[in-house]
Amino acid sequence: MGKTHEEICTYLSELFPDAGLEYDDAVPCINVPPALIREIALQVRDDAELAFDTLMCLSGVDFGDGTLGVVYHLDSMSLRQKLTLKVTIPVAEACVPTVERVWRIAEWHEREAYDLVGIVFQGHGDLRRILLPEDWEGHPLRKDYQVQEFYNGMKVPY
Amino acid sequence: MESLLQSFFGDNILTLLLYCSLPLVFLLLYALLAILGEVKVSAWMQDRLGPMRTGPYGIIQPIADVLKLLQKEDITPANADKFLFNLAPYLSFMSAYAALAVIPFSSQYVGADLNLGLFYLLAISSLNVAAIMMAGWASNNKYSLYGSMRAVAQIVSYEVPAAMVLVIVVMFIGSLNLQDIIIAQSGPFWNWIVFGGPKQDVMLASGHTLDASWTNLIFFPLFLGTFVMYYISGLAETNRTPFDIPEAESELVSGYHTEYSGMKFAMFFMSEYANMFIVSAVTAILFFGGWNSPFGVYLGDAFDAPWLVAVEQFGWLVLKGLFFVFMMIWIRWTLPRLRVDQLMYMCWKVLIPFSFGVALLVGFLVVIL
Amino acid sequence: MTENLDVLRQGIASGRLKTDELVLNMGPQHPSTHGVLRLELVLDGEIVVKIIPSMGYLHRCFEKHAEAMTYPQVVPYTDRMDYLAAMNNNHGYALAVERLLGIEVPERVEYIRVIMAELQRIASHLVAIGTFGMDVGAFTPFLYCFRDREYILDIFERTCGARLLYNYIWVGGLSHDVHDGFERDVADFIRKFRPTVTEVNNLLNYNKIFIERTAHVGVLPADVAVSYGCSGPMLRGSGVDWDLRRDDPYSIYDRFDWNVIVGDGAAGTLGDCWDRHMVRVGEMEESCRIIEQALESFPAAGDIAEAIPKRIRPPKGEIYTRVENPRGELGYYLISDGSANPFRLKVRGPSFVNLSVIDEISRGHLIADLVAILGSIDIVLGEVDR
Repeated sequence: MGKTHEEICTYLSELFPDAGLEYDDAVPCINVPPALIREIALQVRDDAELAFDTLMCLSGVDFGDGTLGVVYHLDSMSLRQKLTLKVTIPVAEACVPTVERVWRIAEWHEREAYDLVGIVFQGHGDLRRILLPEDWEGHPLRKDYQVQEFYNGMKVPY
Repeated sequence: MESLLQSFFGDNILTLLLYCSLPLVFLLLYALLAILGEVKVSAWMQDRLGPMRTGPYGIIQPIADVLKLLQKEDITPANADKFLFNLAPYLSFMSAYAALAVIPFSSQYVGADLNLGLFYLLAISSLNVAAIMMAGWASNNKYSLYGSMRAVAQIVSYEVPAAMVLVIVVMFIGSLNLQDIIIAQSGPFWNWIVFGGPKQDVMLASGHTLDASWTNLIFFPLFLGTFVMYYISGLAETNRTPFDIPEAESELVSGYHTEYSGMKFAMFFMSEYANMFIVSAVTAILFFGGWNSPFGVYLGDAFDAPWLVAVEQFGWLVLKGLFFVFMMIWIRWTLPRLRVDQLMYMCWKVLIPFSFGVALLVGFLVVIL
Repeated sequence: MTENLDVLRQGIASGRLKTDELVLNMGPQHPSTHGVLRLELVLDGEIVVKIIPSMGYLHRCFEKHAEAMTYPQVVPYTDRMDYLAAMNNNHGYALAVERLLGIEVPERVEYIRVIMAELQRIASHLVAIGTFGMDVGAFTPFLYCFRDREYILDIFERTCGARLLYNYIWVGGLSHDVHDGFERDVADFIRKFRPTVTEVNNLLNYNKIFIERTAHVGVLPADVAVSYGCSGPMLRGSGVDWDLRRDDPYSIYDRFDWNVIVGDGAAGTLGDCWDRHMVRVGEMEESCRIIEQALESFPAAGDIAEAIPKRIRPPKGEIYTRVENPRGELGYYLISDGSANPFRLKVRGPSFVNLSVIDEISRGHLIADLVAILGSIDIVLGEVDR
């Protein structure tokens, strides 16, 4: 099997000494500052030691304590290792750079995270709602989400 | 037949109308049978029973279908061109019905014994293209438009090899009259054109004598190929699988008749089935002896009953026609559909060169033999 | 045949052929969008220039619902995502919660789960193969496939009473033990099923017209497939040897001897529709082999309910678990805050991910090819929209 999260964190910290990468033992995952996620993503994809060629899943999460998160589950087919990256942002500034160009699949996953959790991905080429109607109000997977009363004249709560 | 009717009703317009509507009666009955055949044959091929509830083994299902179609709401889309939209289905059916006029059902009955029968057939069945184009354009629906565009391209293209095949047969027989072509094949089945044509001299209805001998057997492979080419072109002209691209369900929903409902849809449906029979009947006439009995003898001759001979001849033609209709159904439920460019490839790069080649060869052989 | 198209494309590109673009709305009600998918097609004649997919017509807020349910109550919701592979969905969810709880399930349960999941895989592939045939205009193989799928559904019905949405694989166990004569029924099915594959091969898969329609169409190169996160037969059809049952083993798949079927471009280009289709055909046989081996060592008795927890409150934490669904990698990202409800449950559906590649591989093809490509991706809208 490939590297553990701890080894990857140490390895990345050497490449990005100022980034302030944190290894979270409980999950395990690596906490990445939002501004650097794109560079780190490119690094872990192209680095021969890491080679995370697949983004298994990209999830938007509302942690319920005033922060939102984006969780990247990565997988390396060639090296048989997995990696979880986590970006945490305050609700007020729900903005994360896109990784759409790094893994093409991120395009739809980011649209979904935008649609359901309300995270804006900077630089995304086509950031529209994907599952809900274009004119829906709010982001349902926020913990403080209130269903809108009417949608186009139709009563929503039943 | 005409004189028989005249003896009952006198020489008036009613007699003529009655005479003209005989094929319609046949067509309606045939359509019921063909619809039942389609559902039952497909059911058996697919390991199921098909309709079983309406009547014993579901045999009155087509009648129920017709009743259902009669009761359906007749919808005209708001933005359609109403005149053309309403005209198209009737024009389509008309072209199919008019083609039946020159089909000789027996030696005693042919709607119009034209000397240019084959060319009339080609010309009148092309009218269907206009109807399809009208339907697709007037529906004001992109799927209909795509369907009709494909249909027109397909039918017009496949008319070239079909016409070439007719030319081959006409060259060989020396007559455009369908009765002549059938008479030339009289006698047992080895006189059928598909087996190389008549093996002894035949006197045609026009008085012209067709010289023939057993050397005609060398035409056998050529005419077999011609028959296959004609049948393929026929499949394409009637928009049947594997050439059902104009109404490709998985792509264009229903093609040119997407917007039609009720009786207008039924008209298109009828004309499709009528065209299937016409192509099949023409195949039978051109290659399989038309109304000739394959054994060369008739029961009616034994009993000295000319009317029975006529009925037998009618029976043979319908039987041969239905066999080729069955083949169409068989092919439909077996093969996938071609793509539009493959269809055109098939026509322009395979069928047309081959049909021209065969025409040249047959013409050459006819001259030297 | 493709050279004709190339001539056409050159003509358009060089400006000698003047054409206009046309927008065609395909779906949500259309015979070949496999549900309520809507595709806005930008067409140049019959050639597809651009595809804008719109989803969400079947969105049921699964993830939001899950947050209001207890862990066992989520299981029936997972059925309704990929409704053609409900057993596999149940299996993936049960695994995720079990790993979070750290419980082991009894041997017999594992065997039943594997047999059920593989039967479900065959059933799902049968639907995929049949409907793909229908997309290219062959109707009859569809009914042959559905006939055999019925036998599988009958087995499921005898065991758990349901034919489509089972709620069968629970966290820590199963809802019911298998019915009496289950092993005989499954063995019977395998015996009846094998000739069908030959039948479908003869009727459809090696048919000249079918090969013409699907070979060289919708070619998905391996690197594009990986970048788009494609999985399952989509990925293997492009020649990538990757199957989670072998490469990220779960349950007891590592005990069986079977092969990962990979596309080889035998009829056309590697990664075309035909390859994807044939991967599915091959996988059905491999599933049969797994089932046969599982039946040989099937534990005769055992309590299937012994590991089912009385109350499910996983410790605080999170987990990402993935299983190999018939359509590809089904991932569950589960966050627990220690309560009886999942804090967040995100599903990575293979249909959703595989569908995202459609624009990339359909450009420049004809409408008829687009239908074939969509059929070869084999989406289930219940999972795309969740």
